[in-house]
This record gives sequence, structure tokens and C-alpha cells, in this order.
Amino acid sequence: MAAGTTEGSRFRVIGTRPVRHDGVEKVTGAARYGADYAFPGMLYGRVLRSPHAHAIIKSINVEKARKLEGVRAVVTSADLPELPDRIEQGGELPINLHHLSCNILARGKVLYDGHAVAAVAATSPHIAEEALRLIEVDYEVLPPVMTVEDGMAPNAPILLPSLRNKEDGPDKQTNIAAHVQFKRGDIKDGFSKADYVIERTFKTAMVHQGYIEPHNAVGIYNADGHATIYCSTQGSFVVRSLSAAVLGIPEGKLRVVPAEIGGGFGGKTTIYLEPLSVLLSQKTGHPVKLTMNRAEVLRATGPTSGGTIRCKMGATKDGKLVAAEVWMAYEAGGFPGSPVPMGAMCIIAPYDIPNMVIDAYDVVVNRPKTAAYRAPGATNAAFASETIIDELAEKCGIDPCDFRIKNGAHEGTPQTAGPPYKRIGMIETVEAIKNSPHYKSKLTGKNRGRGVATGFWFNIGFQSSAMVNIHNDGTASVVTGSVDIGGSRASMAIITAEVLGLDVKDVRPLIADTDAIGYTDVTGGSRTTVATGLAVYEAAQDAVRQLKERAAKLWEKKPEEVEFNNGMLSAKANGVKPMSIKDIVPRLGRTGGPITGRATVNARAVGPAFATTCVDVEVDPDTGKVSILRATVAQDAGKAVHPSYVEGQMQGGTVQGLGWALNEEYFYDSKGVLRNTGLLDYRMPTCLDLPMIETVIVEVPAPGHPIGSRGVGEVSIVPPPAAVANAIARAVGVRMTELPMSPGRVVKAILSKDGAAVASAAAD
Amino acid sequence: MHKTAIETTINGERVEFLCEPRQSMLEVLRDVLGLTGSKEGCLTGDCGACTILVDGRATCSCLMLGVEAAGHKLETVEGLAQGANLHPLQQQFLENASLQCGICTPGFLMSAKALLERNPHPSEAEIRYALAGNLCRCTGYDKIVRAVLEASKATTSKAA
Amino acid sequence: MHAINYEAPKTLKDAIALLAQHGEKARPLCGGTDLIIQLRAGVRRPDHVVDVKKIPELREISFDLQKGLRLGAAVPAIEVYESADVRRYFPGLQEAAHLIGSNQIQSRASVGGNLCNGSPAADTTPALIALGAKCRVAGPKGERMVAAEDFCTAPGRTVLQAGEILVEFQIPVPARHSSDAYLRFIPRNEMDIAVVGVGTSVTLDLDDDRFVDARIALGAVGPTPIYAAKASEALKGKKIDSATIERAAKLAVEQSSPIDDMRGTAEFRRHLVGVLTRRTIGIAIERARLAERR
Repeated sequence: MAAGTTEGSRFRVIGTRPVRHDGVEKVTGAARYGADYAFPGMLYGRVLRSPHAHAIIKSINVEKARKLEGVRAVVTSADLPELPDRIEQGGELPINLHHLSCNILARGKVLYDGHAVAAVAATSPHIAEEALRLIEVDYEVLPPVMTVEDGMAPNAPILLPSLRNKEDGPDKQTNIAAHVQFKRGDIKDGFSKADYVIERTFKTAMVHQGYIEPHNAVGIYNADGHATIYCSTQGSFVVRSLSAAVLGIPEGKLRVVPAEIGGGFGGKTTIYLEPLSVLLSQKTGHPVKLTMNRAEVLRATGPTSGGTIRCKMGATKDGKLVAAEVWMAYEAGGFPGSPVPMGAMCIIAPYDIPNMVIDAYDVVVNRPKTAAYRAPGATNAAFASETIIDELAEKCGIDPCDFRIKNGAHEGTPQTAGPPYKRIGMIETVEAIKNSPHYKSKLTGKNRGRGVATGFWFNIGFQSSAMVNIHNDGTASVVTGSVDIGGSRASMAIITAEVLGLDVKDVRPLIADTDAIGYTDVTGGSRTTVATGLAVYEAAQDAVRQLKERAAKLWEKKPEEVEFNNGMLSAKANGVKPMSIKDIVPRLGRTGGPITGRATVNARAVGPAFATTCVDVEVDPDTGKVSILRATVAQDAGKAVHPSYVEGQMQGGTVQGLGWALNEEYFYDSKGVLRNTGLLDYRMPTCLDLPMIETVIVEVPAPGHPIGSRGVGEVSIVPPPAAVANAIARAVGVRMTELPMSPGRVVKAILSKDGAAVASAAAD
Repeated sequence: MHKTAIETTINGERVEFLCEPRQSMLEVLRDVLGLTGSKEGCLTGDCGACTILVDGRATCSCLMLGVEAAGHKLETVEGLAQGANLHPLQQQFLENASLQCGICTPGFLMSAKALLERNPHPSEAEIRYALAGNLCRCTGYDKIVRAVLEASKATTSKAA
Repeated sequence: MHAINYEAPKTLKDAIALLAQHGEKARPLCGGTDLIIQLRAGVRRPDHVVDVKKIPELREISFDLQKGLRLGAAVPAIEVYESADVRRYFPGLQEAAHLIGSNQIQSRASVGGNLCNGSPAADTTPALIALGAKCRVAGPKGERMVAAEDFCTAPGRTVLQAGEILVEFQIPVPARHSSDAYLRFIPRNEMDIAVVGVGTSVTLDLDDDRFVDARIALGAVGPTPIYAAKASEALKGKKIDSATIERAAKLAVEQSSPIDDMRGTAEFRRHLVGVLTRRTIGIAIERARLAERR
């Protein structure tokens, strides 16, 4: 049954494609994003940032800046409390609050070009900008450490004097923040059984999520000690808890109102400007708006890691994978916390491989502190593993889809960490590609090739709250704390309408602030439809339960005797006239009052996601330019609640992956200063660089979830770099091992090809 | 820090405003006139989120000074709909799910409007060329291009 | 941005007077697509911004078969692209104007501004040099003509003295059996600054299948755009064949002096100079063979 129809479906609304409820505001420019807010008396803030990659701050003098006409406050880390330098359990995820605070405003040292050092509030953004020039900072410049190799070298300059790792012990200063290892079976034995072994070293570059909307925050501090932050964020509750910690105030004094958000992809699940907006508001007695410009976004928010991966895999000649050995090191940025553990858990996740060892290192370097980027860590890893698998498939003479099906993970296959897989759709996504019109079509022409790759992402569950209010006219509203980045509020309305038997137009979705709704984890980790959807589902069921109780009262029956189907209340035995919600609403007052359904969840039954992507490319061998001719992505969504937005996630993730594959990278010079601080030279794909992105939604329901949905937001970004590399290999016979595969690198590879490369140069 | 009085036309209406010479047209729209539909994405003309029409031509309002508006006809996203009647482009964006976060949408709508007014029935390639100055990070552009193709079927040579 | 004063003179005389009065403290504003970015970044910090878009001579575009093309310095790239005369007689220049950036950039950016910004990577400059364009400069001491290849002196710097303005380009009518082409290499399909740009014009003897004249110009591979004289001379009088073209391409590479930067390594750029020279010569030849008799 095709996604987007209800023919033969057990659902009436789930799986349809209504126009999103916030659509008109968005297409008329009326929707309010964080930077659109304005308040009477509002001041404008700007942040002074380090021009050095690595330096000690010897002194900061803000007097001249303070005296500039129009400046109302200047702050540094001296205006924030010192926080403990140890891992604390901050909500769900462990966090070092000292590092977090130092990232907001540097304390003692700056650790990357762009590291925040001071902040100013003034009557105009231009005056605030001028004030920054008047702040005098005395730096002692230190040598920068820019790569994982530099960071791991024996006499590397040390970024964080107090950083230790378990292996090196309490007395050794280090830049290696963590080492994790995963093991299964016996790799020596495994490789001895292999007929073919391929080993390569891969390098990937630091890349940014590239959301079009820069960060923003408006802070309003009240004289009674309560403060409100309006901001574009993926997690208003995270903003509340982390900002409160950085400011040294109780969480209950802070209310965070999520504005509409112009993209996040993981990069807006942490804080930068938010506590500064409150701090400056407190100092000035006015609302203060802070926004970043694009250069600040690139220099000083949270891109994802580049790094090095050595990957070795072995297969028997009939195409069975027998062993995998991986060494991987990712850039954490100036503070620990790269996604290398996730990368390690994802790298061979789509396959059933009996013997493996994976060693993963988190290394601090003088780059911005990394933040989550759509399936964090997995894309870098898949670039390595999926190209090796492609080479092995070629050596075995097996079609790349068939090779993956042969080795594909399924229910019962062990995961790299955690229990064996429950029912999953990995093989189904490969089969969907194999059977797609794209894969079945012949690719003809010189220097053209086709590549396939598969990706995995865990998806998370975690906590969500929801309320469903029944209104006097028989319509309903559904309130959650899940910020809507991609159309999820429509899905919440769909789920509510499904359960209540209402038309989706009669359900209004709202996103509430941190006082108006219960705790809700971030919109990220592909969790919103699954976890918040589950809370919404249960809240709607709670409303149904209450409706049945009221009908029972009116009919003088027991609640168990009342049924609710397709929006109608009826009695199991006959003798009563069925009632719609509209019919019963006028009588709610006398039966106990209005009805609000509520639910909170900590979602456990979360299905992981797989995506398989097929890409056709044409390479200009003289210039190295790679053109994407055709792309198809097949992804297991479990059950697509709003298929258009599931397709949208698949297409968006695929295109980010293509940008990562072809042209996106951070360029630092020898001093560790970022050279491409704008969207001219941080090259994201434009619509002229792409064809239509074909999508196939595979639906293998996630066990344990009432709707069967799996998280869909992330995994599509994982396969494209490998798929493109595999396509290039078939097009011009070179194996690319460095991202991005920009024209200069492709030309170099072609010119140095020594004839030992594997693939043929032209498709038939 | 002197301000200049500027008279211009925005969305068919005569508008007067005060601004400093260093304020861009984007700042004037957003901070002086309260028209926050045009968005700031990069301030270097590389993302198109601030796209408005100046005398019918798609223009990055971040690369125009407010004082340059005098005597010209400006159009912003706020002027696209006629009261409660959405422009065919707006309608098609909604029906084709061509927006996810929506921050790039005003810029795309204005660029597409300029395109359809000059070339009422563009091919997919022509649409992609005309919209190359508008970045979207959420959608991968597929549904945006489809919406413009659909809207081109609905419009005649001078859009409503 | 620092505080600026803004003036929009309506005559060339007034503009010259303003620029002469303020000297280094003034900067002309045309499309703004370079200057406004520079003002924000603090790279240029003039106190006075002189808007030249109201000066009639700078906005005109005209062509006739005697004088050739007169292209006002402030004509936006989109109008250059839309000009039927430019399309017919100077397709390489039209291509270059259409590559300056997105539609939004082309609505504002001018060919004159592109040159005066002094970037070695400016897209229209190699095309202008290939066409033998001359720049009419007006200043307090009168007017002078500067060859396009002599206009830029260093990255970001030009021959313009205090008070001088670029008024227009003068491009002669192409000889019979002539045409031009401009190609640039960028990693994406649009929106990028040229990694390498090459503009080539050729005049052919169709009966004898020879090059009568040729001009090859290179962008983004030196501190200024380069007129590749040796490569150009290597074509003149020679038979149109791949050996000749290859020799010219090799000489063009030798005349380039690219640097390593984030847009490309010097090695890659040198390689591309050869590729694009070969390709632009080929396209120009095709066009010249098809060009209408005049």
C-alpha cells in the first residue's frame, strides 16, 4: 500500500497529506521567528570573539566600550558564576557545566577562532558593533592544534590542562578526551577466513548544519527575578535548564518561549546567546536581543567533526562479510564531546558481521565545540565502511544491492552495542532501491557511474508531554512542547484527529512554552513523531476515556459499556442515540467540567531507521566536477504519518549528504583562523546543482508503537557521501578516500591513477 | 548619526521612513517598518532569504541601503497575497509541502514571482537557474521546484 | 557598519567634484554587491559613499556598427545579459555578465563595478580584455582611456586616482568572422567566485582556415586579470588545429601565476587554465564560423 493513501489502511487520517496548519503564516511572512521579535525599549547585543585559535586571555579592558554613547552594558565571564569542572547529569545527557559556561564566554583561555570573549548591549546593533572594537583584550597566543593527528601527537600543545582520560590516568595531561571500544568475536580468526581484505584510511572534513536562520535570543529580566527568553531553538527545556545553570539561577525562574525556528538539524539543541540575553537584560533593565551573523554561526556555533577513520573489512569470495576492524578519531572542538561513540556504533550497524573491533577516540582541537548534526557521527563512518563494502562487492563480482541484502541485519542480528535488533527494515530499503525505476534504468554515457550505500541511525525516544483540549464547538487543540522544525505539528494534529474521529482541519496544534507544558526533550534525534506522537496519541486516548465516562454518566451506564468509534459515542447494548463530540460538548459542564486529555511518556519502544541511497553521477575528468544526474532514497519510516513531510525529510537529508560529499568543508589557515566564514565559500548545494530527489517510503512498522512509526528525520544524510564515492569509482575508476570530493581532489585522483584501480571507466 | 527621510513605494503603497545611511533595506524593512517577512541569512547576498523585488527585479535587500529605495517600487512577501486570497505560488507551496522550517520561503516566493512575471511557463531547468540564488537547507529543493511548475500552470503573464 | 554619509549626485561633474573633495575618504557606490559587504566587514571604511546610479552617462548602453558597443559603467549585469546587441555581437561578454552571480546579484551588480572592485577573479574582466575593451575614465583633470588589461594594478586596487570615475566601456565592432567566449570553473553550478576564468576572442580566415587574430585573457590566476599576450600571439596566422590550440593553452598556463587558497590549489588552477583555454578557443571558433555576415 502506497504511502499517502488510506486505501486498505487501518487509518483514516494518518497517512494523508493535509496542508499544514501553520502554512499560511509561513507563506505570508507573518510567522515569527526568534529574530522577528521586538519589545518596547529593546536593546541590541553583540558578542566580541577571539581572533586567535588558541590563546591565554591575560586581561580584558571594557572601559572604552562602556563609555561609548548608546552602550548600556558590557559583560565578560567575570559576570557569570564559576561552575564545577566535572561531568554532571544534566537532564538526560551528561554535561560538563564548566565547559558549557566557558563556551558561552571564555574564561582564562580561548580555544578557537570565534570563541566568545565579551558581550555588549546598546541602543542599536551598529553601536553595539562599534563598541566591540573598543574592547581591549590582551592575548598570549599559543600554537594551534588543528587535526586529530596533531592533537594525539606525543608532545602536542595541551588545550585543557585539567582534561584526563581513563586510560592515561590522573597524572597525564592530554587532548584525548575519551576512548571507547566495541568488540565481538575474534578478528584475527575472522580475517583469516576472508578471501578478500580491503583496508583504507579515510579523512573527512568539519562541516556545518547550514541552517539558513542564524542563532537568536531575546532576554527579558524582570525585577522580581524571573526571566523570559524568546529564541529559535530545538529544545526550549534544554535552553531553560542549561541557561539557568550558566546564569546560576533556579530553573523555575526562567521561562523559555520557543519562536518558530529556521532550521536546526541538531545545531540548535544547545545554547550560545540565550544566557547572555538574560544577563544583559538584567544589567540594563531592558529586553535585549542578540543575533549572530553568518560568520559567527560558522566560526562559533557547533559544526560536526571531521576526522580520520582507518577501516579494514574482509569477505569470503561468495560475498559473506567475516570481519571488520576500525580505528577512528573525531575532532571534538575546543571542549570534549564529539559524536565518535555514535559513529562507532553506526559504522557496521547495517550488517551481520561476526567478528569486529572498533576503537574510537574523542580528541579536542582548536576548532569550535562540535554539536549534533543529523545522525551525528554516522555519515563520516558510513563514508568509510560503505565504500569498502562497495569494493568488496566488486571484488566478489556481486551486485552492490545483493551484497548488502546477503549481509543485511535483520531481527535478531546483534547490534554493535545493546540488545539484538527487533523487527527492522534494512533489507527492505535495499530491495526498494533494487526494484526502483532508477536502479532498473540503464546508465549510458562516458564518465558516468552509479553508486549505492546504506545508512543506519538509532533514533531516540526520551520524554514528551501532551495535552488535548476539547473545545465548546466540538473541535480540539493539541498542545506539545515539541518545536516544529519540519512540519511535525501537522502530524500531531493528524494523530489527534485520527484518535478523536475529527477532521484534521478541526484540530489545532500548538507549541507551548516551558511553563505551559510539561517537560519535553528536544526536537531532534528523530524523536518527535515517535515520542511526542506517542504522548499525543495517549493524551487523545485519555480524552476519549473521559468522553466515555461523561457519556456513561448521561446514559446512566458504566463506562465499560460505552464505545467510541469514528468520532461517535455509542452504547454496546442499544437503546441510546449515539453522540458525536459536538453533541456531548454542551453537556460537559454538568457532567464534571471541560475535558483535557493529558499524557507524558518516556518512549522506550523506538525503532531504528535505515536508508539506502542510489546516485548516478557524471564526472568531468578534466575539471573533476561531479554532477549529480539522478538520486533515489529508500527509507524505512515504519508508518508515515504525513507522507509529504516524510518525503521532505528524506530529500532534505539526502541533499545535505550530497553537499557533504561534494563541496562542504571548513578551511582553516596555518594560524587556525577560519577562512570561509560565509556562504560564498562554505558551499552548500543550490537548486541548480541538483535533480529531483526520488523517494521510496518503506513501511516496516516499529514493534511496540501504536502507530508503528519510526523516526525519519536523520538517517537519509548518512549514505550519500559513500554513494557518490561509489558512483565516482564506477564512472572514472578512482576510489576517493577524502571528503569532500571537490573537483581539485577528483582531478588529482584521476591524474595519479596508476591503473591498479578497480572500476571500469565507463558505464555500458 | 543623522537620519534621512526616504519616500518610496512598498507593496503598492506610499511609505515614508527615517533611516541612517548605514542601515540596509533589510534592516529598514525589519526594524524600522516592522515588515519581518524578509529574513537575514548571510548578509553577503549568498542565500537569498532577504529577497525582495525592486522595480520587478529580484534583489537581495541586505545588499541595498535603505536610502537607495527612494523613487523605486518595492515588493515584499507581505504584499503577495491579495487580502485573504493567496497568490498561486503561495497556494502551491502549501499544497506541495514545499516548506519545512519556512525561513527561506519568503525569499523563494519573491524570486519565483519575478521569474513567472518574465517567463510565465519556465522549464524545470529555467526554474532551477532562476532560483539558484535562494538557498534551502531543509527540502532539497524538489518540492519547491514542483510548486513553481504547478504555479506556472495557474498564472498568466502578469501575476495577480 | 561604521557611520557613513550618502550622496547621490545627478551629474558626472558633481560626482567627480565630490570624489575629488573627499579623496580616500569617499568610495563610489554602484550595485553595492561588493561595497556593502566590504563596509560591513570593515575592509573599506570610507566616510562618504557616492551613489553613481543617477548619472545618465553611466546608465546608457548603445551599439552601432561604427562606434561599436558603449556600455555604461553602472548598467546592471542583467541588462547586459538582456541586450540583443550584446548577445549577437559579444556572446562571451554576455556569458560573463550572466555568471556574475545569482539573479538577485545580477539585478544590481554592474560590469563597471565588477572591474573597479579590482578582484583578479572578476568574471567580466577577462571577457572585456579578450574583446579589446577600453575604459573611459573621467576625473578632475579631464578624461583618459585605459585598456581593460591595464585597469587593475593589484588585488583590490585600480588605476583610478582621487576624483576619477569609470564612465563607460568602449568595445569595437568585432571584425568579420570573429566571436568570443568566456568560461569559468566553479565547484557548484552557480554562486561561486571563479576558481579560474578564461575569456577568448578569435578572428578567423575561413577560406584559409587560419586564425587572423586572437586575444586570450585569464582571471583568478594572478594578482590582476591577465592578458595572455604570448598565448594570444601563438594563435595569430596559424592553422586552426589541435596542435596550435594546445600550444596556446600551454603558453596561457605559463603566463598564469595562481596561488593556493581555499578556492583551489595553484596546481589545480594551472591545470584548469589549460583546460579552459582549450575549451574557450574551441567555442569561439565555432561561434566565429557561424557568425552572421555584417
